Amino acid sequence: MSDVVERTLGVLPALLGQHEPGAGPGGAGGPHRLSASSRLGSLIRNITALTSKHEEEKLIQQEITSLKAMVSAPTTSLRLMKECMVRLIYCEMLGYESSFGYIHAIKLAQQGNLLEKRVGYLAVSLFLHENHELLLLLVNTVVKDLQSTNLVEVSMALTIVSQIFPREMIPAVLPLIEDKLQHSKEIIRRKAVQALYKFYLIAPNQVQHIHDKFRKALCDRDVGVMAASLHIYLEMIKENSSGYKDLTESFVIILKQVVGGKLPIDFNYHSVPAPWLQIQLLRILGLLGKDDPRTSELMYDVLEESLRRAEINHNITYAILFECVQTIYTIYPKSELLEKAAKCIGKFVLSPQINLKYLGLKALTCVIQQDPNLALEHQMTIIECLDHPDPIIKRETLEILYRITNGHNVVVIVQKMLDYLKETKEEYAIITLAGKIAELAEKYAPNNEWFIQTMNAVFSVGGDVLYPDIPNNFLRLLAEGFDDGKEDKQLRTYAVRSYLALLEEENVFYPQKFLQVMSWVLGEYSSLATDVDPETILTRLHNLLKKTFVTSETKAWIMAAVTKIASRASFSKTVDKLIQEFSSSLDTCMRQHTFELKHLCEDKVLMKGLLPFDASCNDMVVDASLSFLDEFVAEGLGQGAAPYKPHHQRQEEKLSQEKALNFEPYGLSFASSVSSSGIAGRQSPTGLSFGSDTSGNSTEMGHKETNTLKLEGVRKLWGKEGYLPKKESKVGKEDEPQTVSCSSLLARRVAETPVSKSDQVSSLSEEEKEKQQLASTLFVGLGSNANVSLMGKVDLSTQKFKRKSKVDKAQSNEEALNMQNSAASDFGPLVDTVPITKEDCDGDKHTTLRKPSLCSSDTVGETLQSVKKPGLDDKLSDSRLSPLSLFADSNIEILQPSPSSQCENANKTVLLPSLAEELEELPHSEVAELCQSDALALYLCKVWKDDSLLLVVFVSNKNPSALNAVNVVFEKEQHFQILESPACQFPVIEAQSVGHCQKCVRMDKLCTQGVISGFVNYQSEMETHLEFSIPLSLLDFIRPMKMTTEDFGKLWLSLSNDVKQNIKMPSSQDSISAALSVLHQKLKLHIVDIIGNEGILACQLLPSVPCLLHCRTHSGMLALWFRSPCSALPDGLLYQCQKVMEES
Amino acid sequence: MIKAILIFNNHGKPRLSKFYQRYSEDTQQQIIRETFHLVSKRDENVCNFLEGGLLIGGSDNKLIYRHYATLYFVFCVDSSESELGILDLIQVFVETLDKCFENVCELDLIFHVDKVHNILAEMVMGGMVLETNMNEIVTQIDAQNKLEKSEAGLAGAPARAVSAVKNMNLPEIPRNINIGDISIKVPNLPTFK
Repeated sequence: MSDVVERTLGVLPALLGQHEPGAGPGGAGGPHRLSASSRLGSLIRNITALTSKHEEEKLIQQEITSLKAMVSAPTTSLRLMKECMVRLIYCEMLGYESSFGYIHAIKLAQQGNLLEKRVGYLAVSLFLHENHELLLLLVNTVVKDLQSTNLVEVSMALTIVSQIFPREMIPAVLPLIEDKLQHSKEIIRRKAVQALYKFYLIAPNQVQHIHDKFRKALCDRDVGVMAASLHIYLEMIKENSSGYKDLTESFVIILKQVVGGKLPIDFNYHSVPAPWLQIQLLRILGLLGKDDPRTSELMYDVLEESLRRAEINHNITYAILFECVQTIYTIYPKSELLEKAAKCIGKFVLSPQINLKYLGLKALTCVIQQDPNLALEHQMTIIECLDHPDPIIKRETLEILYRITNGHNVVVIVQKMLDYLKETKEEYAIITLAGKIAELAEKYAPNNEWFIQTMNAVFSVGGDVLYPDIPNNFLRLLAEGFDDGKEDKQLRTYAVRSYLALLEEENVFYPQKFLQVMSWVLGEYSSLATDVDPETILTRLHNLLKKTFVTSETKAWIMAAVTKIASRASFSKTVDKLIQEFSSSLDTCMRQHTFELKHLCEDKVLMKGLLPFDASCNDMVVDASLSFLDEFVAEGLGQGAAPYKPHHQRQEEKLSQEKALNFEPYGLSFASSVSSSGIAGRQSPTGLSFGSDTSGNSTEMGHKETNTLKLEGVRKLWGKEGYLPKKESKVGKEDEPQTVSCSSLLARRVAETPVSKSDQVSSLSEEEKEKQQLASTLFVGLGSNANVSLMGKVDLSTQKFKRKSKVDKAQSNEEALNMQNSAASDFGPLVDTVPITKEDCDGDKHTTLRKPSLCSSDTVGETLQSVKKPGLDDKLSDSRLSPLSLFADSNIEILQPSPSSQCENANKTVLLPSLAEELEELPHSEVAELCQSDALALYLCKVWKDDSLLLVVFVSNKNPSALNAVNVVFEKEQHFQILESPACQFPVIEAQSVGHCQKCVRMDKLCTQGVISGFVNYQSEMETHLEFSIPLSLLDFIRPMKMTTEDFGKLWLSLSNDVKQNIKMPSSQDSISAALSVLHQKLKLHIVDIIGNEGILACQLLPSVPCLLHCRTHSGMLALWFRSPCSALPDGLLYQCQKVMEES
Repeated sequence: MIKAILIFNNHGKPRLSKFYQRYSEDTQQQIIRETFHLVSKRDENVCNFLEGGLLIGGSDNKLIYRHYATLYFVFCVDSSESELGILDLIQVFVETLDKCFENVCELDLIFHVDKVHNILAEMVMGGMVLETNMNEIVTQIDAQNKLEKSEAGLAGAPARAVSAVKNMNLPEIPRNINIGDISIKVPNLPTFK
């Protein structure tokens, strides 16, 4: 234990007996206080004497038990309660839960005298948080204290309000606090302003009406109140600087007065006038003057004055200077000021004080994009800082280098970064730095070897803490390649070779993510290295599989690689051995993969077809609604199986059975789901269901898939400005030899570092030379002649940000869905190539068959299912290849109202028939030809009436003579029903004229696509028979359904069948409204409401089956959630949605 | 905004923790541990700023700390605070403590954690800097203490008298008094760099 503590503890009894330490200002206490203090004292003494965490735990538990008894005893006086609270605070600070005391803290704040009340309030503010339910009990006390005539009580109440206050209760105290703005005491006014600031932060709408009062506070005669109001203004200006430009002048005047020493002298701190106030004002000015020459004009003078005045050498003046410099660089530039600011930065950078140096580097980082010459000026300092003992300084220096990287200096800079990466142990530093290295490497790599080796270093050092999109991007890059096919091949081959070399080493531990990357690359591209025997690769992978440190997720990746390699080799002993070894593995996933591999090996032709070479980038059409299973499901239902219900629906049902009465008003609360959008696409807007239904799983799976392999959402970095070694070589050639020599120099220097000091002195000049050389390599391409890369940086940083947010989301998904996702990721690597054999399909059938029976309540079954389902979905999604997919394939044609070319041909010969006028006004398709013969042509026009689909068939007689007894007959079709009679007769059609008939069609049985066929017969010379077919789509029967948001909410809750799916939004529609308007136009869905990133739409299937859709966008994905009383309708609509979103 | 103020000793024992942003109990403890871990590793001759760990909120946040004898004072702040400004705020805080406790030491913080919190509340309110003038803070604390003391002393007095005292206002303290002892000697405190 600490010496000091022990020493002080030695004198503790004396201290406690005679006078309490620090009793000075407020320490007068009765005998009670003393005894309580000594109780606390003995507690602390005991704790200090302890040696282990375990003992401490025991002691605190004892203490808490005794405290519990004491606080709940009715005889405990408030005074004693106060002491208990202090002890509770101590326990809480050590991290021990003492929730039993919370209510007593509130009571103490309510009932105690000033001293006790203060402790009560303090305990409340330390124990509770804003959303704690007990806080409501405090509101009354706060209101009472705010009305008190005692200043201390008022100020305590204001303090607690600004610390924690429930948002819903703001209206209760707001008028009281507003009154306090006119209070005669400045301290109260000031605290009131602070409390309002808090309200502004948590509920800006509620204080909108008192913005005038903020202005009054800004003009308050007391400086303290004015300073407090600046907090509010800083916040408001941050959000909307244009709204407060008129205040610029006031701020400038205030700053002028402060700088000019017009404030009372007790505002001085180390003889600097109100430095914190100055800092605040400078920030505000910076925000106001950004990109605004006119506003900036107003502040040039005062900024110059500030710079001039802040000359005394004290920490706090440097704080002001730093702020000044930042403001000068933020606002519209003025060259004189910039010059002075640059000089200031120099002062910081060159300062021997390390804090100032840090800030100088920070300032450099900020301004280097505007003024790269500044980096050149300070290059020697930057080089020195690279070897600084303080890792924080080093990191900041690397940040500067990161921003000045270009094609010429990338090798040296990345090397420096890697050196740091290898040294540091801080997870946070590793994550950020590894991300930066990967970014630079992708962007500026001079050649393949360097790129692969750099990435290897990143993976092996960064390991499993890396953002998942770094390996993803890397793989994507390899898979997609770039323009030059030969280059692609070289890169891939090099990667394969380097990984083989790495795997050759025994007993080396690689992070899981690196192993995954390796196995994917080996699986895809190992055949490119023609001189390597596949058998050796397989042996390496086999060895990996046996290692214990390899997680089961990585094993799945490795198995996928093995499968791919096996498909290219004719026969392999290793594969056989592997199959033998793992077909009895305890790991079910491994076993499954092994079985798949085994079956595939028996059917090489199928295997080759399933695992095409280098096809990872080919897109696949996914029929997520699994419509090809419809028949199977129908069969199951026919045999008496219970219809499938999603998990949350089951739960709701269960709940409703348990609860006799439903007290809750089921309001629809979209807003709340916006605010709490934790997990993408899985949330129920009602907040009632939290289960994991299987359709939700498949949603997540789709998401996961994009994360691991398909990577569609990620922007391609390896673009034109990045990897262009050929084009840049002309410029870069002169530098390159130098670069290389220099890095070798560097390496030597690193080796030389442990040389003794005397040597160092002698070699100083040499060292200097090296530094010079290093500088020339680092700062090459900087300055006036080459700022191309600097320009490129800007968009780069924004992109970086985007990436991060995506990762965050993915991570939150991962956390929330640990179970499903771990399963999903197990299957991840196989997704694109998972073989579907007959056995597999059979297996799938079993699972689906089992599904309804599993639904009941069996939790084990549930997990089993959720584990299996994601993989299953994906395999099915691959169904292009399977025989089951026939139906899905035939779905592809959707009749879009577009003029066919044949129709145009017909135009030439015959007058195009046109619709009757009353129909012309309704939405209708173009008139399209159905069929024709020598004598006659049949045209069709679909009219989408509000209540039905009207088929208008035109029969046009091309003959010069009349046609007799023309008969149009529609055949019966199981999905559709033709109202009235299925036939239409024309006794005679005159020459060159058109007869038409109309039929209303209704969809009897739901299907996404269907055909009504029929024939025409007529008599000319002989009886002729002409067949035709009319393709109909589900969309023909979908109509918008107009309703209000409220109705929607009611209806939503009453509907049971739901389907959820995440689909990718096309880049052309990145906003929710754009996406929804596509759905509106193409699918005829009615947009009910759009709130934030959520929207609700409604439609009906004729005659009157509603279907509701809830959409939410999140980072390029559109989460769709359908509900309808008809179970098949959501699936059908989902399929259509996917199609239109893909097309658009 | 100031997110959290932590004081712990050389062994990582927390002496005061005040969070202005909501973190769960567990996270709070983790933050204290992680912060101690980060700060305690640093030499004396390195800078007083640290980029935040993962828990307290990533790259936007900084830890600004000072080390006095046995105690670390750490402020976790976001990017809207000035580093040097906060560094001096810590100094003001410590000097104020020293004034209020007369030669403050670690034990004072342990036994009078409530008072330390009160002093802090006069300086920082809801995560924003309220007052930076040491004398002003001390005056406020003194005035409050006096009032509380008089009330406590009157505990047995007739209700009328109590209410009379309660309604008595704080004495008006003229702001312009120049006390002139800004450079008080603070034992245990290293002089300013």
